[in-house]
Amino acid sequence: MPWVIAIMVAITVLATGGGLALSNLVARASGDLAGSATVQIIDADPQTRAAQAEAAAAILGADPAVASVGILPEERVEALLEPWLGAGASDDALPIPALIDVRLRGEADQATLDRFRDLLAEDAPDARIDAQSDWLAPVLSALSTLRWMAFGVILLLAFTGAAAVWLAARNALDANRDTIEIVHLLGGNDDQIARIFQRSILLDAVVGGLLGLVLGFAAVLLMGAQFAVLDSGLVAGGGLDTGDWLVLGLVPLFAIAIAVYTARMTVLSSLGKML
Amino acid sequence: MSAEEREIVQFDNVGLRYGTDREILSNISFTLYPGSFYFLTGASGAGKTSLLKLLYLAQRPSRGAIRMFGTDVITLPRDRLPAYRRRMGVVFQDFRLVDHLSAFDNVALPLRVSGVREADLQGPVTDMLEWVGLGHRADARPATLSGGEQQRVAIARAVIGRPDMLVADEPTGNVDPEMALKLIRLFEALNRLGTTVVVATHDVHLIRKVPDSLIMRLDKGLLADPTGALRYPPKRDAGLA
Repeated sequence: MPWVIAIMVAITVLATGGGLALSNLVARASGDLAGSATVQIIDADPQTRAAQAEAAAAILGADPAVASVGILPEERVEALLEPWLGAGASDDALPIPALIDVRLRGEADQATLDRFRDLLAEDAPDARIDAQSDWLAPVLSALSTLRWMAFGVILLLAFTGAAAVWLAARNALDANRDTIEIVHLLGGNDDQIARIFQRSILLDAVVGGLLGLVLGFAAVLLMGAQFAVLDSGLVAGGGLDTGDWLVLGLVPLFAIAIAVYTARMTVLSSLGKML
Repeated sequence: MSAEEREIVQFDNVGLRYGTDREILSNISFTLYPGSFYFLTGASGAGKTSLLKLLYLAQRPSRGAIRMFGTDVITLPRDRLPAYRRRMGVVFQDFRLVDHLSAFDNVALPLRVSGVREADLQGPVTDMLEWVGLGHRADARPATLSGGEQQRVAIARAVIGRPDMLVADEPTGNVDPEMALKLIRLFEALNRLGTTVVVATHDVHLIRKVPDSLIMRLDKGLLADPTGALRYPPKRDAGLA
């Protein structure tokens, strides 16, 4: 029994850790992207492109809704495209748009973007403005789905754990049926008999819960270390803070509560069939 | 004190059947009075154990009414039955000791169930084990005790709480004649203190050793009344022998 609870708790801690990390990742990425927009100047002529980029940056930089504006250096754009286009792709034969990173004080909503388009229509007619959140919306949606799946796994594990305890309690009841009947016939009430089983299951659950917590923490730390090596801008946002670790620390307590409650209900249900 | 309060047990037209089989007990009516000593006799299969199960509230009858200690126990909510079971001591035919508990803990079980503090049960349990000659086996598990020793532990467990009623199913079946007499004397001593005693046995010699006892005889699920215990129940004051 302690090993079953230990495995359940370890997997639940891992799933909860994953779910919380994904939540943090989605929240941080959404927060970062919500107030960002990208302006592309799409013009084949490098001089016109540069002139329009400078003009657009100046206009947007003067707008009170904008916190900061920065034209991405051409080398940076080349570096971003290099994995797809190869080295030295930015020659005249393949014009690459100028990119302007715009950080807003508020959210990059449709009304703000439309107003920017109007502002730039005269001095930067080749400008195309997009909210950065639009680019990563499918990724964030997928991450959000994964997060909910993690919480679904936690629920399933809770049910599985309860079912395992139920089976264990049933087996314990069958194994101790004579003892239960004797205590029952000597005047023991249901609560007294249920408490005997609760104590037994409680001990198993505490041992299993602590063991599972240690295993789960170790697994989460190992996973965290593996992802930290990636050091990607996106993945780096998925760490766990102190509150998250406290939540993970509560997992065995929930497991113990579920185990004790399930054992009690199983015993009471069985006793209810006796006179 | 009303007659109903004086009567410790009252069966009225009780029948018992398991499933759809024929009744194994039919039209059972009798009254047990406080401080009386009853023997329940009958051939094997006559229904003695089934009747005792009704007495110690392990079974509900299929029909009829049962009052115990002045209360209708048929309609009593299930959660109130333990209080009535605690007023009884039961010696089971197969002893039914708890295997993983020592002789001491088996005897102490009714007191613990009743909430007696550990400090208060050491003396009585030790004395009781001494009385049944098992003081030196207090730590022994039932599996290491002989049949007779197990029976004595079962009897000690039944009487340790000074019950209002003692129900014993063949309590001397596995002990030598000397110990059987000693145990019957224990039952009589309890009876003199006011405990109603019901002993199921087919040992005629045992019955003869308690001359003041009343006899109920079961025959094929029907109750006979050879000593008139049922037709002319003893008129005694509650709690007095």
